[in-house]
Amino acid sequence: MVSPATASAIKQVLEKIEIDGLLALEGIRKEFPGVLALDNVQLRVRPGSVHALMGENGAGKSTLMKIIAGIYQPDAGEIRLRGEPVTLKSPLDALEQGIAMIHQELQLMNWMTIAENIWIRREPRNRFGLIDHGKMAEMTRELFSRLNLSLDPGTQVSELTVAQKQMVEIARAVSYESRILIMDEPTSALTEREVEHLFAIIRDLRARGIGIIYITHKMNELFEIADEFTVFRDGKYIGTHASKDVTRDDIIRMMVGREITNMFPKIDCPIGDVILEVNKLTIPGVFHDISFSLRRGEILGLAGLVGSKRSNVAEALFGVNPAASGQILIDNKAVTISSPNEAMAHGMAFLTEDRKETGCFLALDCLENIQSALITRSHVKAGFVDQKTLTRLAADMAAKLRVKTPNLHEIVENLSGGNQQKLLIARWLLTKPRILILDEPTRGIDVGAKSEIHRLITGLAAEGVAVLMISSELPEVLGMSDRIMVMHEGRVSGFLDRADADQVKIMDLAAR
Amino acid sequence: MNTISQQAAAVATTKRKLPSELNILLVLIGISLTFEILGWILQGQSFLLNPQRLSIMILQVSVIGIIAIGVTQVIISGGIDLSSGSIVGATAMIAMSFAQIGTFERALYPGLTDLPVIVPVAIGLIVGLICGAINGALIAYTRIPPFIATLGMMVTARGFAKWYTKGQPISFPTDSFAALGKGMTPVLIFLVVAVIMHVVLRYTRYGKFTYAIGANAHAARVTGIDVERHTVKIYAVAGLLSALAGIVVAARGLTAQAGMGQMYELDAIAMAVIGGVSLSGGRGSVLGTCIGMVIFGVIISGFTFLRLDAYYQEMLKGLIIVAAVVADVYRQKKRVKKA
Repeated sequence: MVSPATASAIKQVLEKIEIDGLLALEGIRKEFPGVLALDNVQLRVRPGSVHALMGENGAGKSTLMKIIAGIYQPDAGEIRLRGEPVTLKSPLDALEQGIAMIHQELQLMNWMTIAENIWIRREPRNRFGLIDHGKMAEMTRELFSRLNLSLDPGTQVSELTVAQKQMVEIARAVSYESRILIMDEPTSALTEREVEHLFAIIRDLRARGIGIIYITHKMNELFEIADEFTVFRDGKYIGTHASKDVTRDDIIRMMVGREITNMFPKIDCPIGDVILEVNKLTIPGVFHDISFSLRRGEILGLAGLVGSKRSNVAEALFGVNPAASGQILIDNKAVTISSPNEAMAHGMAFLTEDRKETGCFLALDCLENIQSALITRSHVKAGFVDQKTLTRLAADMAAKLRVKTPNLHEIVENLSGGNQQKLLIARWLLTKPRILILDEPTRGIDVGAKSEIHRLITGLAAEGVAVLMISSELPEVLGMSDRIMVMHEGRVSGFLDRADADQVKIMDLAAR
Repeated sequence: MNTISQQAAAVATTKRKLPSELNILLVLIGISLTFEILGWILQGQSFLLNPQRLSIMILQVSVIGIIAIGVTQVIISGGIDLSSGSIVGATAMIAMSFAQIGTFERALYPGLTDLPVIVPVAIGLIVGLICGAINGALIAYTRIPPFIATLGMMVTARGFAKWYTKGQPISFPTDSFAALGKGMTPVLIFLVVAVIMHVVLRYTRYGKFTYAIGANAHAARVTGIDVERHTVKIYAVAGLLSALAGIVVAARGLTAQAGMGQMYELDAIAMAVIGGVSLSGGRGSVLGTCIGMVIFGVIISGFTFLRLDAYYQEMLKGLIIVAAVVADVYRQKKRVKKA
C-alpha cells in the first residue's frame, strides 16, 4: 500500500511525463563566437518513439544534440528529463542520467576487445580486485543475445566493420540502461542489409520505451523509422510533426524554406565517342577483371554495397593505388597511370569519397583549396605561382558554383559540408577535366546543395565531360545515370540501361 | 539565386582578415613592456632604450633564428626536425677544417689551407643538405615518423662531429671565413634567409605544396602533388639552413667544437611554436617565427637584465615552450568547436 502522499507524487510525475515526454528542451540558446547556432529552440521526445531531427547542414541539429549529450552547455534554456529540470555537465554525466549518444565518427577504442569497450570503467572484478574477463565476456554475450547480435566479445574492435562497430556502440548504450539514445546519421556508412538490421534493433529499443533521437539526411529513412520529426533551419525551430501526416515535399519545404522543383535534373544530351576503356583491371584480393567503357557526355553510375570495392577501382584509375594488372585506354591508346599526376595529364579528375580525410585542406583558405590541383600542372613560372590569374579563376569558379563564403580567404574548416564539397568540385573543374570520377558527390550535404551539385554534374556531361559517378544512394544513381554499372565484392555484376533500371534490379545485382 | 552568385563574385576580392601574427606581436609588446616596468622598479633603468642590449639580444638569437626558419617549413609540412643542433656541430667542424690558415702548423689538412671562403662554405652547406635529404628520404620512403628519423640523424651527426677530429677542436680560420661571424653579420644573414623563406612560402609552388602537405597529406597526393619528393626537399632545405647556422657559429667563435649547437633544435622549435606555427601542420608563417624568435630573445636578455639566475632562465624557457603549445592546442580546440 502506498500512502496517499506518495501516490499523488507519483501521479504528478506521470502527469509531467505526459506533458513533457521523456525529454523536453525549452528556449535553448547557444552562441559561438560570431555565430548564433541555436536561437530559442525546443524539442520534446516521447518515450518509446523515434524522433528524427531534420535540417540542412548548419541548421543547428548537431549543436542541439551535443547539448543533449552534455558536450556543450546551453547559454540559456531549460532541459527537463522526465519532467525534472537537469543540467548535463559532461558526456559522462549525461550517460549516467540515461542519455547516450552514438557518434557519427564512432568512438571506440580500436585496440581493445568488444567486451573491454563496453564495460570500461565498470569492469567486473574477481576477489583479488582484478578484472574478471570471463564474467565480462558472459555479460557481453547476455547483452548481445538481448539485441540479437552475433559477435564474439573477445574480438578486437579494429577488426570490425563500421556496421559492427555501430552495433557495439548501441550495445554499450543499452548496457547503461539509457532511456534516451541519440543517433547521428547512423546509416551513412552502412549497406542496405546492415541498415535493415539496425532498424530492427531500433524498433526493438523503441518497443522497450526508449526514446530515440535520430538525425538523418535521408528522407526515406524518416518515413520508414521515425514516428515524429522536428525541423530546424538556420538555428531556429521550425516545427514538429508526426511523420505519417506529411509528405516528402512538405519536409523539404520546411527544411529549405523554398520549393525544390527537381531533385535529379538529368538532361538528355548527345553521347559521344568512347574516351575511357578499362580492360580486366585487377588488384588481387581487392577487385578482379573490371572492364567497362565510358563515352563523352555519358554519366556512368557505379552502384554497389559497401565492400563492393567501388572506391578502390576509382583510386586505381586515378593512380592513387594503381592496379596490378589490366589495361586502361584513353582515346583508344593504352596508357599507364601510376600516380594522380599522370591521371591528371590525361585529363582526369577525381573527387574523393571522404572530403575531410582525403579532400579538403581544412586548415587552409578557400583560395588555396581551389587552386591546389591546378598549380601542380600550370600557372607557375620559375617556381612562382601566378596568383593574380589564379585568384580570378578561383573567384569565378566559386561564384559559378555558388559557394557561400564571406570571402576566398575564409578557412575551409568554417564552411558547411555542402560548401566544402563545392570547393572540391571547383578545384577539379579548374583543371578542365575530360573524365570526371565522382565518389559519393553528395554524401552528407544538405538538400539544397545536393540538387545544385546534381544540376552541375548534368551540365558538365552536356558539355561533353565523361562522368563516372559512384553513389550509395539508389535514387541518385537512378536519377543521374545514363548507364549503371553494379559491383559486388570486387567484381562487376552487371550493367543496366537508364530505361530499364530500377532499385530492385540494382539491389539484385549488388546483393546477389 | 542570382544574388548569391553576385555576392560570391563581389566578396572574392575583399581583403584578408587581420593576420594571426598580430596576436603574437601583442604578446611580444606585452612582455617587453613588463620588463621595461620591472627595469625601472628593480634596476632604476630602461630595458628597451639601450641599443647595445638590444643588438646583443638580436645577435644571440639570430643564429638559432636561421635554424628556426628551416624548422618553420618542416613543422608547417606536419613534421619535426630534431637533428638541427647536431648538423650545426657536424658542419661547423667540416667547414672549419677547410677554412684554416696556412701559418697554423697543426692544420687538419695541411695541404688545404688558405682556401677561398667559398670552399668551406660550399662544403658545409652540401653536407647539411645531404643530412637533411637523408632525413626527408627516410620519412618519405620508409614511412618512419619524422621524430624517429631526425632523432637518428641527431645522434649520428653528433657522433660524426666527435669522430671527425677525435674530439679535438678546430681553430685558426682565415679572415674571410671569420668575417661571416663578425659583428652584426649573423643578423644580416638571418634577415636575408628570413626574407627569402617568407617569399618562398608565400608566393611559390614550393610554399603552396608545403602548406598543402601539412594540412592534409592524403589530399595533397590526390591533387597530384608528389608528396614524397617534396618531403625530401623540405628536410633538405632545413638541413641546409642548419649548416648555414653551423658555419656562422664556427666563424663567430673562431673555433669549431664537436659539441656546438647542442639543444639548438629545441630552441628553434620553440621559436617557431611561440611564433604560432602549429605542430599539427598547415598553419604558421616566417613572420610569426621571427616574432617568436624576438620573444625568445627578449625573455633571455630580460632575465639577465634583471640579474635572475641562469638556472631560473632555463626552467622558465621550458615553461614558455609548454605554454606556447598549450596555446596552440587551445586555438585548435576553439576552431573545432566552431565547426
